[in-house]
Amino acid sequence: MNLEYSDADQAFREEVQNFLRDNTPSTIRTKIDARQKLTKEDYMAWHKILYGRGWVAPNWPVEFGGTGWTPLQCHIFDEEIGLSGSPRVLPFGVNMVGPVIMEFGNDTQKAHYLPRILSCEDVWCQGYSEPGSGSDLASLKTRATRDGDEYVVNGSKIWTTSAHWADMIFCLVRTDTNAKNQEGISFLLINMHESGIDVRPIITMDGGHEVNQVFFEDVRVPITNLVGEENKGWTYAKFLLKHERAGIAAIGSQKRQLNRLKEIARAEQSNGQALIEEPRFRDKISRAEIELMALEYTELRAVSAANQGRVPGTEVNLLKIRGSEMQQKISELLIEAIGYYANPFVPDSFDAGWNEEPIGPDYAAALAPEYFNWRKSSIYAGSNEIQKNIISKMVLGL
Amino acid sequence: MNFSLSDEQKLLKDSVDRFVAERYGLDARRTLIASEDGYGRKNWKTFAELGWLAIPFSDASGGLGGGPIEVMVLMEAFGRGLVVEPFISTILMGATLVETLGDKEQKAAIIPPVVRGEKLISFAHVEAQSRFTLSDVITTASTDGNGYRISGHKAVVFGGDSANQLIVSARTSGNQRDEDGISLFLVDAEAKGITRRSYGTVDGLRAAEITLSNVLVGPETMLGKEGNSFAGIESVVDGATAAVCAEAVGVMDSLQEQTLEHLKTREQFGLKLGKFQALQHRSVDMFVACQEARTMMYVATLSLNKPRADRIRAVSAAKSHIGQAGRLVGQEAVQLHGGMGMTDELAVGHYFKRLTMIDTLFGNTDHHLERFAATVHG
Repeated sequence: MNLEYSDADQAFREEVQNFLRDNTPSTIRTKIDARQKLTKEDYMAWHKILYGRGWVAPNWPVEFGGTGWTPLQCHIFDEEIGLSGSPRVLPFGVNMVGPVIMEFGNDTQKAHYLPRILSCEDVWCQGYSEPGSGSDLASLKTRATRDGDEYVVNGSKIWTTSAHWADMIFCLVRTDTNAKNQEGISFLLINMHESGIDVRPIITMDGGHEVNQVFFEDVRVPITNLVGEENKGWTYAKFLLKHERAGIAAIGSQKRQLNRLKEIARAEQSNGQALIEEPRFRDKISRAEIELMALEYTELRAVSAANQGRVPGTEVNLLKIRGSEMQQKISELLIEAIGYYANPFVPDSFDAGWNEEPIGPDYAAALAPEYFNWRKSSIYAGSNEIQKNIISKMVLGL
Repeated sequence: MNFSLSDEQKLLKDSVDRFVAERYGLDARRTLIASEDGYGRKNWKTFAELGWLAIPFSDASGGLGGGPIEVMVLMEAFGRGLVVEPFISTILMGATLVETLGDKEQKAAIIPPVVRGEKLISFAHVEAQSRFTLSDVITTASTDGNGYRISGHKAVVFGGDSANQLIVSARTSGNQRDEDGISLFLVDAEAKGITRRSYGTVDGLRAAEITLSNVLVGPETMLGKEGNSFAGIESVVDGATAAVCAEAVGVMDSLQEQTLEHLKTREQFGLKLGKFQALQHRSVDMFVACQEARTMMYVATLSLNKPRADRIRAVSAAKSHIGQAGRLVGQEAVQLHGGMGMTDELAVGHYFKRLTMIDTLFGNTDHHLERFAATVHG
């Protein structure tokens, strides 16, 4: 037993650090430091930089253009991305549909889609939830009816992150209405530029536009876009959910947020002293720091087991629960830290090019919207209650 | 980065797990607690024969040269079995202080008989007013000729009833809470001027209030340098703190298993309790708490050979975290057992009591949160 990183791991970490320091474009760096929104172009530019270095898909096998890194190296890479504040690659292609195509797609699909995911020629989004099917995902109703060599798709998907940027959507669709819920679902790849697709923005309470509702009206999709077998989509969906949740604890970016919290608590004054000196607030920071330590090393237990060849199991569900709770906790402490200056809300200030004097301290403006935005994390990717159902059944045997 | 036990450590784990499973049932434990000694002399002999008492001591001192991981393996199993033998007080506190601060003669005189199971030795340090502050010592040792006269009161000395020897901390200089000026003395437990008031603890152990009244000791009884034992005390207590974290993890895992077993057998409203989502989710909360507690047990254990600041950061984080996790797991285990959880008959109450008392040992959740915060934020 040994909880230290090896010299080789440390050297790898430094290589990643150096790369991130030297290759993050200054336009993106400026926005990150100013806590402004990144555009689609920013994400694509960053994706292409990582692609150029061969690092865009750390978890893919080498034969498909991955890095061949060990799980521990992937963890270090993710941690450094988070710590540096560099953007994460949009996950829908690389982390979600990519692995499904590799595992269940045919050779033509692999040859066509995988390189385009790597090069960012296609931006992907995920068509899972529907207005009537949230936690009960298998009750989904978006219908794909066979018509010659095509499916005709009708229905609607909701909470679709990046749909307004996407070229492709991978969708769970119902292909058999007579079978049991889970047995009539298929996994379909749909071109977002087809006619009959309508993307409508959903503005969340923080004022941001990340998610959308996507409407399908008689959208014609070639049957060659079916992944695997018809009506077996639920199996692929569950496979994907595991990939979706891996790395979800986002240790690196949480450490960055915690460091930020401490900096702000040093800068803020309370009763004539720095806020961090106030015992009540200091306790909260310390507690969060300890909990983050517990989360980090719990994740490392899973990573280290994977490093020794063990297939990851239900620990991702635990990490999803605790990771999301911690993100919310830290964002809550950040909003507490700034007191009155949580109130001012100037949406334009989050856009690049805004160069007016900030209201209050420059670190304050984004914190309340971030707090409101992070409430999503215990809801998305399978709500925490669903995660508990899974652990209860799969681990505890209840 | 590797969280696996070595082959040797796995053998140790198998051996202690087997002992606990086969020889340490709840009824056997009741008998031990009710006995005059309050623990099993036969068990202690077995521990000695199996080499468990020798684990933390160097080869040179007559030990096996084991480290924190081996102690963790033992303590986790002791937690699963609610073992009452005085392993913490004699091995991890008393004899480890001798190993840490003692000279050659003192080690040679004390560690071999301890390792053979022939000598019990407790650390009489805590005082009524000191709570968890290790430097808070009022008991004084004033010079008398070549030697010292010790007077004071030592509180809740675990194993203090059965110990043959005591290590008494006393102030030879400085003020009440100064780190400098604390000295340690090896004192015969039957020495003139010592009064021991022994009692059972709420979780089935034994302890004593010990009053020292002008106890005369020679200069050779001093452990370490005069007035200079604080760092040694602190590191030994940190080691014991990590060890009770491991014990707590063993207790928590057992509580979790007992509770799941109950939920899978007990029926109400025509259904197994485990089919009710409210109880499922609470069971998952217990599971998560157990998993994270285990993580922090590793973090604390693997910090013990690191520099002081790193050690404090890890040990205090772990003790604080496990204190909270233990509250949750213990209270939920009782609650999910319903009325039966309240009884003396079932094991769950006994595990809950031990877990609750572990929080009071070597500093509770708040104490270690403060200690962590002071290290981290200055």
